Amino acid sequence: MTLPSIKRLGEGFGDFIDLSKPVEFTFDGDRYSGFEGDVISSALAGSDQWLISRSFKYHRPRGLFSLAGHEANSIIQIGDEPIVYADLRKIEPGMTAQPVNCFGSLQRDWLAFLDRMGKFLPVGFYYRSFFRPKGAWRFWEPVIRRMAGLGTINPHAKHRYYDKKYGFFDVIIVGGGQAGMNAAIEAAKQNKSVLIVEESAQLGGALNFQRLDARGVLAKEIRDGLVQEIANLNNIEVMISAVATGLFTDGWVSVTTEKRLHKIRGDTVVIAAGSVEQPAVFRNNDRPGVMLGTAAQRLMRLYGVRPGKRGVVLTANDDGYGVALDCLDAGVEIAAILDLRTHPANGELRAQAQNTELRILEGSAICEATGHHHVKAINVAKVKEDGSWNETGETISCDFVTMSVGYAPNAALISHGGGSFEYDSDRAMHLPSTLPDWCHAAGAVNGLFSPKACTADGIRTGSMAAKGESSKAERAEDPLAHSINHPFPIFRNVKGKDFVDFDEDLQSKDILDGLNDGFRDIQLLKRYSTLGMGPSQGRHSNVNAIRLVAKYEQTNEDSVGTTTFRPPYRSEKIAVLAGRSFDPVRRTAMHHRHLEAGAHMTLAGAWLRPGYYRNGKSAEQSIFDEVRNCRSNVGMIDVSTLGGLDVRGSNAAEFVNRIYTWAYTKQQVGRARYLLMTDEAGVVIDDGVACRFADNHFYLTATTGGVDGVYREMLYWNAQWRLDVDITNVTAAFAGVNIAGPTARKVLEKLCDDIDLSAEGFPYMGVRIGHVAGVPARLLRVGFVGELGFEIHVPASRGEALWDAAMAAGEEFNIKPFGVEAQRVMRLEKGHIIIGQDTDGLTTPHEANMEWAVAKKKPFYVGKRSVDMQAAKPSRRRLLGFKLTDKNAPAPEECHLIIRDGNITGRVTSAVRSPSLDEVVGLAYIEDENTEVGSKFHIRIAGGQLVEAVVAPIPFYDPDNKRQEL
Amino acid sequence: MKLMPCPLNGPRNISEFVCRGEVTTVPDRECSDREWSEYVFMENNIAGEVCEWWIHTPTAYWFIARRDTRSEKILQTYTVADFFSQSARKAKS
Repeated sequence: MTLPSIKRLGEGFGDFIDLSKPVEFTFDGDRYSGFEGDVISSALAGSDQWLISRSFKYHRPRGLFSLAGHEANSIIQIGDEPIVYADLRKIEPGMTAQPVNCFGSLQRDWLAFLDRMGKFLPVGFYYRSFFRPKGAWRFWEPVIRRMAGLGTINPHAKHRYYDKKYGFFDVIIVGGGQAGMNAAIEAAKQNKSVLIVEESAQLGGALNFQRLDARGVLAKEIRDGLVQEIANLNNIEVMISAVATGLFTDGWVSVTTEKRLHKIRGDTVVIAAGSVEQPAVFRNNDRPGVMLGTAAQRLMRLYGVRPGKRGVVLTANDDGYGVALDCLDAGVEIAAILDLRTHPANGELRAQAQNTELRILEGSAICEATGHHHVKAINVAKVKEDGSWNETGETISCDFVTMSVGYAPNAALISHGGGSFEYDSDRAMHLPSTLPDWCHAAGAVNGLFSPKACTADGIRTGSMAAKGESSKAERAEDPLAHSINHPFPIFRNVKGKDFVDFDEDLQSKDILDGLNDGFRDIQLLKRYSTLGMGPSQGRHSNVNAIRLVAKYEQTNEDSVGTTTFRPPYRSEKIAVLAGRSFDPVRRTAMHHRHLEAGAHMTLAGAWLRPGYYRNGKSAEQSIFDEVRNCRSNVGMIDVSTLGGLDVRGSNAAEFVNRIYTWAYTKQQVGRARYLLMTDEAGVVIDDGVACRFADNHFYLTATTGGVDGVYREMLYWNAQWRLDVDITNVTAAFAGVNIAGPTARKVLEKLCDDIDLSAEGFPYMGVRIGHVAGVPARLLRVGFVGELGFEIHVPASRGEALWDAAMAAGEEFNIKPFGVEAQRVMRLEKGHIIIGQDTDGLTTPHEANMEWAVAKKKPFYVGKRSVDMQAAKPSRRRLLGFKLTDKNAPAPEECHLIIRDGNITGRVTSAVRSPSLDEVVGLAYIEDENTEVGSKFHIRIAGGQLVEAVVAPIPFYDPDNKRQEL
Repeated sequence: MKLMPCPLNGPRNISEFVCRGEVTTVPDRECSDREWSEYVFMENNIAGEVCEWWIHTPTAYWFIARRDTRSEKILQTYTVADFFSQSARKAKS
């Protein structure tokens, strides 16, 4: 059954809704009917449903308050989606919405008793409770976890399609209200490309609902005129329902729409984000039905919904009279207007109200609202000139209360960008005091409120922005700005429940208790009390809290200061931040062949490489089978990812000589030489092989993960040395394979006929240029895995063809591909180090047993000075080979500790149960002097067990290196 | 996000760059061990104007930027050639 809705207001109201299109939806299990264009709050209000949520701590009934989507009151859940603002989300047919933070039901929340437990829940109570007696937390934690949170997530929710977009404009205007639209028009007239980012469903800002004149028509006239002007200019782009969530350096704005994150760059930015109406503080000011004046106006003007049947208007400015006049126009009874001011300033709206039958009480305030699930009456107080007040004893029955006591600039984005604010006690509001050069403030955010002033400020900033002038934190005079804010609309009640921060359920006494507890600095008070840390981020609470603190500490608001606003202005969905599910990987030319061969792929940086090829056995068995096949027959591995750098020029050899530790100037053409690279601190950072193809051409290899860094460093050094050399990172330009095993030569002979592949013609550590399977190729005879091997580098586009040709040629020799894991096992059997695994951030060449790769007579290489200095000092540690003395003991893993005589004296860097030797071999750093072959030590493996090991000579497999030199 | 005015590529998002550190002069080969260690490990870390090596990673282009560490403003960027010829001129005068 659908709950009945009340007839909407007619002509002049309901700007956003389409009465011809009813929409049904569900909230808290009940069916409601609204209209297209309604937001959830307005549709519920249209059916007289004002209770929307329960407050954070006390579980008090809460409802429509700002209708601007600032506060937690309006947070609900729709299906899987938490943190939906009922004030902002439009209703859709069949939508199912649920309240949050209530247990049982919204009407009868089981936790509502907490409202009476205030004495036990003082400010910061959780710092002093839940941990005594010992073990108490284990009881409380699950309770609190169940109770806390504004909604539930579905851990199995699918990631739907979200995306990101970039934008570039000369001028970005945040806020499409009066000042913002004027700024946009001015900048556009000066031929700039302009973007307006507007949060709500249409341009206009407050012009959409405020009353500027007695007749109540001026705001709409101004709005329509500006919107028309904007439509006529073709260099203004407008984003509606778009929230600018952050302002970053150099005009970078993040904007979120429903499914997009926009990252927009503006040469200049104008923040015309308007202001946030502020609440008055009195006992039970949080009851459903108690709302901001602008909320009532939004409700009527935008959605055609009456705020109630009989209301009380609390005001301290002319706008409150406008609310009353709007209510009269809508046929809503106003019981009384309570003006906080003892001598109210003149105003057009007040004058108009005085001409009606409305009862106006000057120097009057609300000291308490009564009613529980909804306001039913207020108690009147008389206010004296000095601000003191006392109850008059009069009670006025009502079913809604509006508050119009002033505004605070919607300052968040200006803060994000590095601007700062100061409290102007004359206007009783914060005003921008410093602005980044490229960021202007216009309109209400800049402390201006009259139409004339807002228009002028918009034009001023629009023009400055268009001209690229530095911003100025200044504003013209605006008499209205001096009479719009009440300096202290706070009526503390000793009975409590006079809320300063609705989101965090903070009463005025909580603020003062925080000060008494010693947290006097506003930054500390915020974190101690959680003031301003809820969904509204202090937009309704910071100013009143600062005023309270100033009064209590007997200082002024400016001295109290403010806390810092940080992005995001509004909550952003992680899905919007994530955008498209996009996980880029790099594939080699042979990628598909690996998948076809059943490879289990692993990531090496951004590259996908085959870890091993599945053959139906366990991973370890598959890997060991690959090792055995390579060592007995022939294997092939895709080495395309390894770094490749072409160094050409008349100074090529000199350049290589300066970058790496060994000697290269006399390296022969047609030979390869090991490369070791150190940084200026003498630490090993990369290795590879230098192939000299000509006097002035070196082809250098590097590790997959290190090549980009090596390339950058080379360019850095040559920017200073200015040697005659060109350096190119050709890693992705070449695909490569390494064919290794006793029959590798036989395979290659079938594919290559322009190179002498014999042992004499192509010796170990030789390099050649020729053709393999008809593809132009660079061939290197290098020995990483310790078998006869040929590394073949071809243009990447021919990689797959090479692979296919090699597999076909090798079939008769039982060629099988092997992956990274098998390669790692084989190199370890030879005792070869892997940079970054067997070396760390401090390893010097001597510690890693690489002195042989350090030239003795070179005058310079990068890091030489440090390497020499380190070598002259007593050795701290050595990387040594080891075996386990018990062949059946389990293999240790990387970083398992070396223990000798009860002391930690090193760690394992690599270890494996060698399939070729059938025992565990590995490499480890030993930090004491017992480094001779045969000396014993223990390794503490997983589970704490100690296994005995012995220092063993490297290589473990084929110690004379005969097999790789065949 | 901050813009870095690259001498080659124009103003680009700072995320496209990596800073390698202050521009320093490699000390003479005859310098003391202490002077060498300070060159390798110590930074001046001043609050004020510093000249730093920056690289635009997508184009592998090195250049030098003068930056105010207090305001984070990039005051000027130089090609390597310009920077060192300007410094040489300054040193001579």
